[in-house]
Amino acid sequence: MVQAAQPPSRPATRGVPVSKRIKVLVAKPGLDGHDRGAKVVAHALREAGMEVIYTGLHQSIEAIVAAAVQEDVDLIGLSIMTGGHLPICRKLMTILREKGAGDKLVFVGGVIPSRDFDALRALGVKGIFPGGTPLQETIEFIRANVA
Amino acid sequence: MDVARYIKDEKDQIQDVILSSGIHVKAKYGPEDLEAIGFDHAKDVGEPGEYPFTRNIFAEGYRSREWTTRQYTGFGTPRESNERFKLMIAHGQTGLNVAFDLPTQMGYDSDHPMAEGEVGRVGMAVDSLRDFEIAFAGVDLHTVGAGLTINAVASIMLAMYQAVGEKLGFDRTKISATPQNDILKEVIGRGAWIYALDPAVKLIGDTIEYAITAMPKTNPVSICGYHIRESGATPAQEMAYAFGIANAYIDEVVRRGYHPEQFVGRFSFNLNIFGNLWEQVAKFRAGRKVWAWNLREKYGVQNPRNLWLRGLFAGGGSGLTKAEPENNIMRGAYYALAAALSGAQTTALCSFDEAFTIPTPRSALLSLRTCQLLMEEVGMRDTVDPLAGSYFIETLTKEMEGKIREEMEDIERRGGMLQCVKDGYVQRKVSRQAFEFESALQRGELIKVGVNKYVTEAEHEVELHEYNEAWAEEKIRDLQELRRTRDSKASAASLKALEQGAREGKNVMPFLVDCCRAYATVGEMSDVFRGVFGEFKEPSIF
Repeated sequence: MVQAAQPPSRPATRGVPVSKRIKVLVAKPGLDGHDRGAKVVAHALREAGMEVIYTGLHQSIEAIVAAAVQEDVDLIGLSIMTGGHLPICRKLMTILREKGAGDKLVFVGGVIPSRDFDALRALGVKGIFPGGTPLQETIEFIRANVA
Repeated sequence: MDVARYIKDEKDQIQDVILSSGIHVKAKYGPEDLEAIGFDHAKDVGEPGEYPFTRNIFAEGYRSREWTTRQYTGFGTPRESNERFKLMIAHGQTGLNVAFDLPTQMGYDSDHPMAEGEVGRVGMAVDSLRDFEIAFAGVDLHTVGAGLTINAVASIMLAMYQAVGEKLGFDRTKISATPQNDILKEVIGRGAWIYALDPAVKLIGDTIEYAITAMPKTNPVSICGYHIRESGATPAQEMAYAFGIANAYIDEVVRRGYHPEQFVGRFSFNLNIFGNLWEQVAKFRAGRKVWAWNLREKYGVQNPRNLWLRGLFAGGGSGLTKAEPENNIMRGAYYALAAALSGAQTTALCSFDEAFTIPTPRSALLSLRTCQLLMEEVGMRDTVDPLAGSYFIETLTKEMEGKIREEMEDIERRGGMLQCVKDGYVQRKVSRQAFEFESALQRGELIKVGVNKYVTEAEHEVELHEYNEAWAEEKIRDLQELRRTRDSKASAASLKALEQGAREGKNVMPFLVDCCRAYATVGEMSDVFRGVFGEFKEPSIF
């Protein structure tokens, strides 16, 4: 199910060697199939020189964590449109810790009301980018938070 | 793809306008433009109600028949949905457009682990015929048609609709269901696919074939350009891809020995409206013409009624913004105006709060009223195709026709729509365009009010629909009760017969109707198909 991204057509920016490129897993958890946003973000991160892996649709949290561990990504970005972001993130953070992958940085996008921001941060979600967030903001967040 | 691109000089004067489909708009149009494109009134436009139907499929447009309003409705348990259906009908809504929750759409029962947290969230949870009996109680199924927004398991829901009709005393030959039943667009844009593509298309063929004799008032398939456009297609691609998909379904039924004349008259379309008004109107005028041409020239369809592009032309969610959400009320009104000027037979609007979640009763009613105002107060029923003869609109319609045909030819050259979707060609193209649109918006090259122009910092509070977790508990209790009390021998036997029929390649519809009558669940029927047909694997699009 995991779709490996092709290397970008132009070399990574800022002279970062290819082996040190930031590696991101963009994931669509659960049954929702609205993936326009996830794909737009995946395109944007790739254009910004990152290595992007897109899970495809209908992923269980277990499968997302397995892909993140197997691909040894730096970050996991979840796209959630259905309103189920709190239970989904709670479960993801738990399983990540169980698998010893609690160091992977998690960010979410989609339909995320501002009233849930604090609860998401309390769960350990580092970045929250609701629909309409400038793509550059997500890119800068990642660059600032991944050494 | 949304708004047009405006090229301006330093004095803010417009130098060029480029519509999403790539057509340039000039500052003025006159008779010379019609001459330049070889405009032929009889051939290009003709009379309303006559081939090529550019003006309208009906001779007198809304004079003879007002549009049908079908707000997308359904959430929680069948009980909650039934109340909301009746409320919308009491408010003058003339058709239903039923929303199902994601577990139902994906063929899982409410107590399946994958359903956790999603039962009744974005639509009504349906496990068995018992749920349909509750959901449609008190609705006159002979007069109120029901759109069923269901795709991968549409065959199951169509069978269940027949079964509920029987239970509630409605004749299957008189009830009119419009299941969406368009799996190819699910793969391109909406993502609610389950089975491998070839058997999934075969299932659609089964519903079409079955409806010819068993449910003649039913529209077994509603081909959706709507979601393809939401995913990033241009208006011209939206039409072309919808027609390409329709042709794939026609081919599936023709392969079984039928002539398209026997069934294409029941095809309907679900198409999108947002962005530039002129481009939308031209898209629908050109679309009616290209569809009629496609059927007549490629498939030899002669009966004029079978050449109609019928459908739901609905105000699209992608045009709406989270920023200043109440602006979406006005956007919806303009989209509805575009739908009326385009001659939509059926309409619906995304409600202003749908950038956040599914609508409240108040916002759904506002959308319904927006559509009613156009018919009752503003003059949309006065005369058919009021923009006909405009130098601009006729030129644009002809240019749009050219764009739609170009995109159709592109798909045909690549082996047709089924092949293009299997290859990921269309998915790659529209997702790339969605990214380019988003980038252009963020660079300020495309303008959305309140998003990147006239921006205010204030947070706008809106009242939102609240999901109630108790619905899931109630639903699961009902399901377990059903499993305890139904005639389990009968339901097991019906499922076994379904499996055998599916393996032998028979039309599965009669088997599904028997399963529904025996209270087999959606998950059980879907599992039979998962086992026999296998699951779809997404092609890599990056």
